[in-house]
Amino acid sequence: MANAIEIIEVIKRFGATTALESLSLSISDNEFFTLLGPSGCGKTTLLRMIAGFEAVSAGEIRLFGQNIANLPPDRRPVNTVFQHYALFPHMSVLDNVGFGLKMKGVDLAKRRARAGQMLEIVHLSAFADRLPAQLSGGQQQRVALARALAPEPRVLLLDEPLSALDLKLRQTMRFELKQLQKDTGITFIFVTHDQEEALTMSDRIAVMSAGRLQQVGTAREIYEAPNNRFVADFIGETNILQVEAQPISQDLTRVTLPGGSTLDLPAPPTASGQHSLSIRPERLSLDPQGSLTARLEHVVYLGTDLHLMARLADGSPLVIRMQNSARTALPNEGEEIRISIEEGAARLLAD
Amino acid sequence: MKGVRHFPGFLAITLVCLIVLYAPLLVVTVYSFNGSTSITQWGGFSWRWYIDVFTGPEAPRFGLAARNSLTIAVLAATAATIIATAASLAMVRGGKFRGRNASFALINLPLMVPEIVTAVAMLIFFTMIGIKTGYGTILIAHIAFCIPFAYLPIAARLQGIEPFYEEAARDLYASRARAFAHVLLPLMAPGVISGWLLAFIISLDDFIITNFVKGAGMETLPTAIFGSVKQGIKPNIMAISTLMLLASASLVTLSWLINRKGQRSP
Repeated sequence: MANAIEIIEVIKRFGATTALESLSLSISDNEFFTLLGPSGCGKTTLLRMIAGFEAVSAGEIRLFGQNIANLPPDRRPVNTVFQHYALFPHMSVLDNVGFGLKMKGVDLAKRRARAGQMLEIVHLSAFADRLPAQLSGGQQQRVALARALAPEPRVLLLDEPLSALDLKLRQTMRFELKQLQKDTGITFIFVTHDQEEALTMSDRIAVMSAGRLQQVGTAREIYEAPNNRFVADFIGETNILQVEAQPISQDLTRVTLPGGSTLDLPAPPTASGQHSLSIRPERLSLDPQGSLTARLEHVVYLGTDLHLMARLADGSPLVIRMQNSARTALPNEGEEIRISIEEGAARLLAD
Repeated sequence: MKGVRHFPGFLAITLVCLIVLYAPLLVVTVYSFNGSTSITQWGGFSWRWYIDVFTGPEAPRFGLAARNSLTIAVLAATAATIIATAASLAMVRGGKFRGRNASFALINLPLMVPEIVTAVAMLIFFTMIGIKTGYGTILIAHIAFCIPFAYLPIAARLQGIEPFYEEAARDLYASRARAFAHVLLPLMAPGVISGWLLAFIISLDDFIITNFVKGAGMETLPTAIFGSVKQGIKPNIMAISTLMLLASASLVTLSWLINRKGQRSP
């Protein structure tokens, strides 16, 4: 598949501080790609460099093979949906949507038709003559989307576009965004700090932290097979246990769990000594034959789920997540419980 | 907390301030409608001094002075607004550049320098470089001292405009110039208009600097009024003053209204 965007050893410095450290990344054509990370991780800076609002300090940004790193934003066939929408307050909704086409020199009749068509796609035809201030947040969001898509960009950049909406609307918009991406076939690069947004919409996710890429992969890959402690911790909830690792064959490592029982994991033979082991709470279950022993401290009731907060013999906390069911027989708080780990659920992490 | 009205003496102090500030204006306005030729004795309501301003013996002199004042004010306000807009773009949107603080001080310095010093300095300057004083020197001087007055509301407005509007325009294929013309300038308009109006009033109203650089035979309305008053105050001066007061008050109100409207929509 062709690459829509190739980022090649891009570095961004602001004065003495380095915001991005030699970052390389390829994003395929027609992909819904998400840059995920906590605030200050460099995801927005990367997006702004693709848009052309920030200059690269070094490296190349290629759009379908052409280096665009030194082009001004108006010469890059990419459009942005801004976090605060940035709709022009003095123009009608229709003029906002038609603005990009106007600047490209498309004549009035054609751009009115195209803008009207875009408004239809986002279900806002009835609002064409209103000013942005007369629309609700969700409607402004759709106008921003229609405006960015109207000039048919080759890549659409979305900078935390859902963060200003309330929860219900955010969930609907996720669905619509994904659908829009499929329908238009345009590559979407989506920036967010919300892992749920990232997991539900993306074809692939790049997890970023402190100006570096931590892991790139599908939602399933980064959730199930995080390759370091940051990713395991940032995506979803996880238990991190300190274990003693010892290679026993070419691709098998034996780890000693707190309490003394052992577990054999597929892992490269380099792993030896003290390591972090990640186990998702939903992959643990109560089991009288279980290999881990812990003391149940308390039970958190979450409606559909229960969280059992327990503590292992070495003092490290352990969370077990189980479905709430009338048939679940719960141990009492303070009791000793035995826990089993689902086959293949434990993962050794690089720190 | 108790309201400010409850402080002892609040009412008395307020009244004294209001009287000192506005009683003279009120007297001038009321006596401009005086039917008698005396400036202190009331002779019944009349429009005669207004008619005198436009048709009386001094009418041609005041007419010419008013025309000079208006054309200078329009030209000076326009030039000062253009310069102030460019300056505010550099100061607010230009990022951190060397000499930014110094530039800010230089733009606003004319507000701090005593006007008489500016006046003397300008006269010496024009004499030194050999420009003949007259309409042109008044215009140059007015442009110079109007810049900070135009700058303040324009820069304040620009500071309130988020930079993402220009970014959105650039992102949607607008060049720098077109992003400015189609997006930033319309958003700045309330500040620009109120800067222009302020500069216009300041120019219309200036006496000290104008008096120094105007040269012989050249009059603006304030210098013409001063010249006339030197031979004794006549009621027609009150009528002219009232007219100028009216013009200033309307423009200030207009400027305030435009600014307020601009603040409501981002």
